[in-house]
Amino acid sequence: MNTLEKRLLNDFQRDLSPSPTPFADMAEELGVTEEDVIGVLRTLTERGVVSRVGPVFRPQRCGASCLVAMTVPETRLEAVAELVSAFPEVNHNYEREHRFNLWFVITADTEDHLQALLQHIEWQTGLATLSLPMQAEYHIDLGFPLQWD
Amino acid sequence: MGLTARDQQLVAAIQCGLPLVSHPYAEIGARIGLSESETIERIQALLTDGTIKRLGVVVRHHELGYRANAMAVWDIPDDQVDKLGRRIGAVDFVTLCYRRPRHLPDWPYNLFSMIHGQSRDAVLRNIEHLIEQCGLGDIPHEVLFSRRRFKQCGAHYIDSPPRQAATGGARIPVGGQP
Repeated sequence: MNTLEKRLLNDFQRDLSPSPTPFADMAEELGVTEEDVIGVLRTLTERGVVSRVGPVFRPQRCGASCLVAMTVPETRLEAVAELVSAFPEVNHNYEREHRFNLWFVITADTEDHLQALLQHIEWQTGLATLSLPMQAEYHIDLGFPLQWD
Repeated sequence: MGLTARDQQLVAAIQCGLPLVSHPYAEIGARIGLSESETIERIQALLTDGTIKRLGVVVRHHELGYRANAMAVWDIPDDQVDKLGRRIGAVDFVTLCYRRPRHLPDWPYNLFSMIHGQSRDAVLRNIEHLIEQCGLGDIPHEVLFSRRRFKQCGAHYIDSPPRQAATGGARIPVGGQP
């Protein structure tokens, strides 16, 4: 990771100016050209280090969403995870080290739709789901300070 | 509290990122029938009202060497959860911090925090710091490290038109990491 890459990754996680030419603004701050900034951001995106240059939305502005936990027998975990992931409404799905070993987030346009999906998953798997909707958010997302070796 | 149809179009157009071109807002606007200045004005409004939490470079921690992440969950007395939640949420290596319901007796924890680190040990050290820094010594907690990532897609907030028609509407998931 060179200095320009590091600075692009660390210094611009928030407060990107909604000016007509945000990348030229970044370039000016960094003392490089707009082409340099755009080129490096494209490369970092292609490498998968940058997910996107864009917005992080506040959750639950519309629709319903819920963190869900399940206790799945080890031998069935992959199959159940695959079944769950196949729903387009599921957007994170992780195995975690716990008795509750499968964790995912469901988002739906309405609470009814969300409950129907949960019932569907329970019915298809024969396993219970634990619903953990967000009740309050305490973290203000200012990005994440990176540490370089 | 819903977005207008026009703002939903805008959210759909920017959720996967701005085009990496000299005038990204002009290009976004052209896709949805807004001028460059109208697009900027609407995005500024979404920033001001908090619909957009931040606008910038969104990095993938895993790909940057932050290979360990753990969900630390805490059983905090109800009358202290707001105060301690805000304190935990303000610590820089905590990337998410939410209050969620307990489900007794199976699940006694009401505060969820996501901790990243370059290794498992780094995550555990961060949690030790957190306990010290926020005065959590007496609070029961568990640490749930992630093992396999079966699905992660941070970028889909509002369906593209074909599926939107099928399922009927906009959706915004819990932002960032699970």
